[in-house]
Formats: sequence, structure tokens, C-alpha cells
Amino acid sequence: MKFSRNYKLIFYALIFYFFVYLSHRFGFLINDYILHIINVSLIYVILTVSLNLINGFTGQFSLGHMGFAAVGAYISGILTTLIWKIKPTNLSNYILFIIAMLIGGLCAMIIGYLLGLPTLRLRGDYLAIVTLGFGEIIRTIINNIDYVGGPRGLLGIPKFSNFTFIFFITLISVIVMRNIVYSTHGRAFKSIREDQIASELVGVNTTKYKVMVFTIASFFAGIAGSLLCHLLQIAHPTQYGFMGTILVLVMVYAGGMGSISGSIIAAFGLTFMSEGLRLVLRKLDDITPTVQIGIEWRMVVYALLLILIMLFRTEGLMGKREIRILIPEEEEK
Amino acid sequence: MSVILSLQNVTHYFGGLRAVHNFNLDLPNGALWGLIGPNGAGKTTIFNLITGVYKPTEGKILFENEDITGLKSHLIVKKGVARTFQNLRIFNELSVIDNIRVARHFRTNYSIFDAILRTKKYFEEEKKIKDETIQLLEIFGLKHRANDLAKHLPYGELRKLEIARALATKPKLLLLDEPAAGMNPKEVGNLMDLIHSIRDSFKVTILLVEHQMRVVMGICERIKVMDFGETIAEGTPDEIKNDKRVIEAYLGSEGGR
Amino acid sequence: MEKIFNLQQLINGIQLGSIYALISLGYTMVYGIVRLINFAHGDFFMIGAYAAYFTVILSSAKGFNVPVPIVFLISMGAGAGVAALANQTAYKPLRYKPRLSALITAIGVSMFIEYIFSALPFIGPSYRAFPNDKLIKNKIYEFGTTTLSNYAIIDVVISIGLMLFLTYLVKYTKVGKAMRAVSQDKDAAKLMGIDIEKIIMVTFIVGGAFAGAAGILTGISYPRIFPYMGILPGLKAFIAAVLGGIGNIPGAMLGSYIMGISETFATSYNSLLGEGIAFAILIIVLIFRPQGLLGETIAEKV
Repeated sequence: MKFSRNYKLIFYALIFYFFVYLSHRFGFLINDYILHIINVSLIYVILTVSLNLINGFTGQFSLGHMGFAAVGAYISGILTTLIWKIKPTNLSNYILFIIAMLIGGLCAMIIGYLLGLPTLRLRGDYLAIVTLGFGEIIRTIINNIDYVGGPRGLLGIPKFSNFTFIFFITLISVIVMRNIVYSTHGRAFKSIREDQIASELVGVNTTKYKVMVFTIASFFAGIAGSLLCHLLQIAHPTQYGFMGTILVLVMVYAGGMGSISGSIIAAFGLTFMSEGLRLVLRKLDDITPTVQIGIEWRMVVYALLLILIMLFRTEGLMGKREIRILIPEEEEK
Repeated sequence: MSVILSLQNVTHYFGGLRAVHNFNLDLPNGALWGLIGPNGAGKTTIFNLITGVYKPTEGKILFENEDITGLKSHLIVKKGVARTFQNLRIFNELSVIDNIRVARHFRTNYSIFDAILRTKKYFEEEKKIKDETIQLLEIFGLKHRANDLAKHLPYGELRKLEIARALATKPKLLLLDEPAAGMNPKEVGNLMDLIHSIRDSFKVTILLVEHQMRVVMGICERIKVMDFGETIAEGTPDEIKNDKRVIEAYLGSEGGR
Repeated sequence: MEKIFNLQQLINGIQLGSIYALISLGYTMVYGIVRLINFAHGDFFMIGAYAAYFTVILSSAKGFNVPVPIVFLISMGAGAGVAALANQTAYKPLRYKPRLSALITAIGVSMFIEYIFSALPFIGPSYRAFPNDKLIKNKIYEFGTTTLSNYAIIDVVISIGLMLFLTYLVKYTKVGKAMRAVSQDKDAAKLMGIDIEKIIMVTFIVGGAFAGAAGILTGISYPRIFPYMGILPGLKAFIAAVLGGIGNIPGAMLGSYIMGISETFATSYNSLLGEGIAFAILIIVLIFRPQGLLGETIAEKV
């Protein structure tokens, strides 16, 4: 049957969903705290897979990814919090939220398109700096706009993001991005990564596709940003700076540049590890009250992880391989 | 006989270095010509100029009577010019079948939305692509390698893959840059037959750059000799073999460099 | 107009540019020799500042005064030492791997240094006041409305001195010649019997030392230090190197002074513009003259 593997994929996804939802509902195994971490992990899945499209599949180097998430977060946040002033009380408000989220994604997409343009002429290291600068410019601009709270951040964002919502948006996003990757367009992206000149010389409009991947990835980053700020109920410029992007970058590398399943595993793995670290460090602080180990040590671990991956296992967990269930059936044979 | 490719007074400078000087070429449709010359003579630069990698400092390039000078490479490919590379530019981390399918990309008619939604159009187009690709791989004896990663292929098969990939763009003109490099005598013989059969069954015009004289003398109908960016001789293999200027400039021993 | 283009701002700009130059030179030398944008370079600068800070604090707590030149050498040594360590442990193993891997590792090293400094209890993430007065007493000279601090003079003089030293090193010594050779063609240099790794290490050490010097000068002239102080100056110094032509030593100096002066003028006009001018310069350079003012284009062989 043409679709049987896709059905399997959705089936397993639904099992995960119901397991988490019901466990949480009936209070065994999954409490609020763990559910929150799962929610955050899912959002990072969207961020990681979308950044992987640019860095892993197309071989470009973007260090400004969180800037797109910022655009999505702030635009949707402005709409729900400052302009429409809605709360997650009824269905029609949810529909408004979806609209706000989509508008946020679209705005992020426009910014992504604009950032895609300089990629046309810039090589890896320069592109890194420009995208980094872009992300910082976005953050600086937000920092200076009082209407959205400036350096204090946008507060009081209604909590529209719940597990159900986040889960299905993530599922849809991943399937959409998966479908793009396994198509002629995805092959065009990968060819650019492999050898841009050869790609151009077999008829691929590399310019168009390089800009396209930024556009697509930024849309999803914007969606993720909207979900995130409506979960944490705050959008703060520091969350979306270079350091935020590095977090996602580490996930991309840890999971494998060019592997969607790797990105998913890494997003969950690193988010849980990060929380676990925080608990361990807090426990240690309780044991040794004189020597306070700040949470900065978490970031030290991330940095070390990044260095170690680069030194010893550049391909990360999965390299370019994919867990079978994610590969569309029509690819094999 | 019509001329498919015409280079008119093409001159190209890299900064202060003159790589090509007043190069002229009128390549007839259906021909199988060779371009030879010592290393650094400018042969690959000519290929790069034709395929839009560089825009010539001076001069014009016409393909099927249309001015393609300075057009972007992918547009030139779309008009029907394909090439292989001196140092192989294969998509190493992609499978053999994907290498070919990338070359098929610009002739593929479904949009991103078709891909996302997996519409009927998507499946129809993909099937067409796959069938054509498998067919092409079969011709080149690479069908058994379809799902292998390109980087795992031995050198001779990679050379064949690159030619197959170029042909997947359905070109009218095929530029082969040292296709026989690194091959042993038996492989070279097979290659010569292959090039001939390509010209006939795919109906392409072929221009090839080669150092191995056996290939050039064996299959080219006409040869152009370059040195220091200029044409120093042009003629049939017999004429070239005995041309004093060519012998002076360069004519390596039979079958070697 | 007068508010912007006046002597005071020019002096401030030259002072700032001198400091950027010291950082920028390290970036450009390392890029020239191994084609790596060493993201961690700004952190060597930070370490230089903290080295001086701790030297002064600890020594005055014990009751003695370390002579100023020694503190300078300590800062330069700290910068050089960390640079050497980074090269040996993180960059050298990736020498022949794809360049992007080294770039990402450099990001990791930078983060690692910053967060460790931030996390260590005796350093911490907050600002500290640099005891510049204990090191060198501040003197201010006035010319009408313009004030000139002796710190500014020290910054410019020491920077220029170090730049002259570097120019001498690169042009007239054997090591310098080897450095130039390795920048141009690593393999050819190897064939000529040059120990590549040794030369690369020397480059990192000199670059790191200069960054360390910039660190102590910054501590003296702008006496607020914190673990992340290297990020923005590092980025701006890098952009200055790109402006001048990355890999080009005179270019880095030229670019740094342009950057310092532009930034000072821009900030006096509008603080937001001041923050953004560096990126504006970067974008303009990359669009209109990517090889920089003094650089050469390198074509890719097809």
C-alpha cells in the first residue's frame, strides 16, 4: 500500500501523544514539570529541524536562526497580548491565536527571505558572520522598542500553547519538512551542499534554492517562536540572541547535520539533559552551600559538548542517516 | 550543416593574466570534436566560459544562434549545454540514483506544495523521474549501484556516473573534460565506444578535452589545438598529427601524458 | 555637524581604533595562516584584562606593587597562553578537516571560555571595576574644549609600537618570512622545510599576546570588565579586519582606525547608530568590496 509507512508514523506519533496526555491527566509518571519539558523539547524539535534544513541539508551556515523565532514570537505576541487581548478561554480565541501564529510565521518568512539574499555571494565563514549580525540586529531593534517592553521583554502573554497544540503543530511541521527533503526540491538542496558549482551546472538554480531554504526554515522558526512565547508567557530579547541560536546549533550537530530523526532525538535529549543538569547543580548547591555553582555551568557543558562533537564525532548521532520510519516508502526499492 | 556552438573572438583575463586570447570556434551540430593542448593552455577555461562559470572579458558565445555570453550557468544548462569536470564533481554523499535525479530537477514539474501534500502529480512525476533514471543507469551499467552512495564507487564508475548525470539534463551539446583521466587501456577503449554511442543514440554534439592521444585521434572528427590561450592549429587528426607547430608545442607520446 | 566632527571625537576614535587594531591583527594573522575566523579571539582579549586585574588586586592585597611593564607582560602572556592552548587542543586536531568544523569549534571554545569565567565563583558574570588608577595614574590635558587623557596617549603609543614590532617581525625576520610563506601556500612551505605547526603556533601566540595587550589597555582606558567583554569588540575588530582585507596586516590596522573613528562619531550622533555601524560597515563591504580595501580577490578553481 502506498501510504502504509506514513500511517505507521502517525500511529506511533499518536501513541506517544495519548501516552503523555493520559499519563499527565491521570497523574502518573508525567507531572506538570515533565510535561513542560516535553513541550519545550517539541518546540526545539521545530527549531532544530528547520535550522537543519539550512545548515545540514543545504550546507549553508546560518547563525541567526533565533532571530526568526524572535520575529514570530513578538509579532504573534503583539497580536494576542497587546492588540486583540485574547485569552485561551474559547475556541474562537484559539482560532485567532492560530492566525496570529501564522502571521508571525509569515513575517519571519519575509525576514528569512531578506536574509537569504546575501547568501548568494557569501562563503561559509562570511555567511556565518552576516547571519550572526542579522540576528543581533533583530535583537537590538527589539531591545529598543518600548511598545513591546524593550529590555524587560513582552510580558503577560496568554498561555495558548498546551501539549496538544504544540504536539500537533510539531508533528505537522516535521512531516512537512520531511516531505520537502524527500522530493526533487530536497535533492536540489542537498546538491547545493555537496557541490554548489556542479549543482548549478546540472541546471539547479542555486540562487533560488538557497534563498528558498532560508525562507522555509525561517517560517518554521517563526512558528516555533510563537509557540514558545505563548508557553512561557514571556518573550525576552536575550532568549533570541546568538546564544539561543548556539543552543539550537548544538542540537543540530549533536543529532546529525542532515538527519531529521537526529534533530528530533537531539532536541529531546539535550533539553532533558539541560534540565537534568540544572537539577543536579541545584542539588550540589544544597549540599555545598558555601560554594555556589551557578547555572552558567550548564552552558559550559554545552560548549564542551560542541567542542567534543567537533573533535571526535562531527557527524553527531545519526550523521545523514534517518530512522526508517521517517523515510517515505517511495524512496526505497 | 548548422552550427550549434559558436565562440567569436573570445578573450578572457583573470586579473592581469590572459588565459584565453581571440578564441574562435564554430562547432557543427552532431559533431564530435576534440580540444587539446598542454596543461594551462586554457582548455578548461573555454569550458568554463561556455557554461557560464565565467563571463568572457571580450567576445561572444552563441548557442543555437542565441547569445548566451555571460548567462548564469543554470540557464545555459537549461538551454541544452552539459559538461563533466576534469577533477570529478560528484555529489558524494548522495546516492547514485540521486546524483542523476538532481540533474533531472529542472525538468521536473511539481511545486513544493505538491511535495508537501504528496499529491497525485508528485507521485506521477517522481515515477517518471525514477523510470528515466533507472533506464539511464542501465545504459551506463550502473543500475546495480543505484542505491549506493556515490562516494563508495570506484573511480571508473564515477567517471561514467558524471557523464550519465550530464546526459540526464537532456543536453544538445555535451562538453567532456578529460573523461579518460586515470583510466587503464581497457577502460579507455570502452570509453571511446561509449562516447561514440552516446553521440549517436542521444543525438548530442560532443566537444571533448583530452590528453590521451589515443582517444583524441581515435574518435574525434576534427581537433583544435590550443597553447597559451590561443588556437595554434585546427584540422583532422591526420593533419594535426603532422602539424609542426603542434608537435613543437605539445604532442605527448601515444596513449600517455 | 560640529557635534560630530570635532577633535575630541577624533581623539576618542583614534584611541578606540588603536585597541581594535591590536585585536584585529590577531584575527587577520590567524585567518591569513589557517583560514579560520577564531571566534575565541575576543576572549583572549578578555583574559588579558582579567589577568591584569587579578595581578593588581592580588599584589596590592599582599602589599606590594607590581611594576606596570610586568603587568603588561602578564596580560600578553595570558592572552598568548590561552591562544596556544586553544590551538593545541581544539584547532590543531581539525587542521585538515572541513573549515566549518574548525569554525564551529572556535565558537565552542569562545563560549567555553566565557561561561567558565562567568561561572567561576571568584570571577562571576557581573561587571568589575578595573583598578586603573592603581596601575597608572590618570592625567588629563586640556586644550580648549578638548580633553586628552594620558590613557589615550598610552593606548595609541603602545598599539603603534606593537604594530611596528609586528611589521618588523613579518618583514625582516626568518619567522616572519615563514609566516608569510605559510599564509600563501601551506604545502609549498612544507616542502621548503618549514615546520607548519610551529609557525601556526607562533602566529596564535603573537595574536593572543596582542589581544592580551588590548585587554589591559582596555582595562585602563575603559575600566569596566566582565566575562563577555570580548564579544562585541571581537566582532568589531573582526569586521575591521574584513574592511581592511582579511589576512592583510596593514589592512587590519587601516580598517581598525576607520572602525574606531566611525563608531565614535556614530555613537555621538545616536547611540543606536553607534551599535549598528559596525554591521552596516560589514554589509557594505561584503556587498561592494568583499576583498576589503587592501585585499585581493581569490578566485575558486573550477
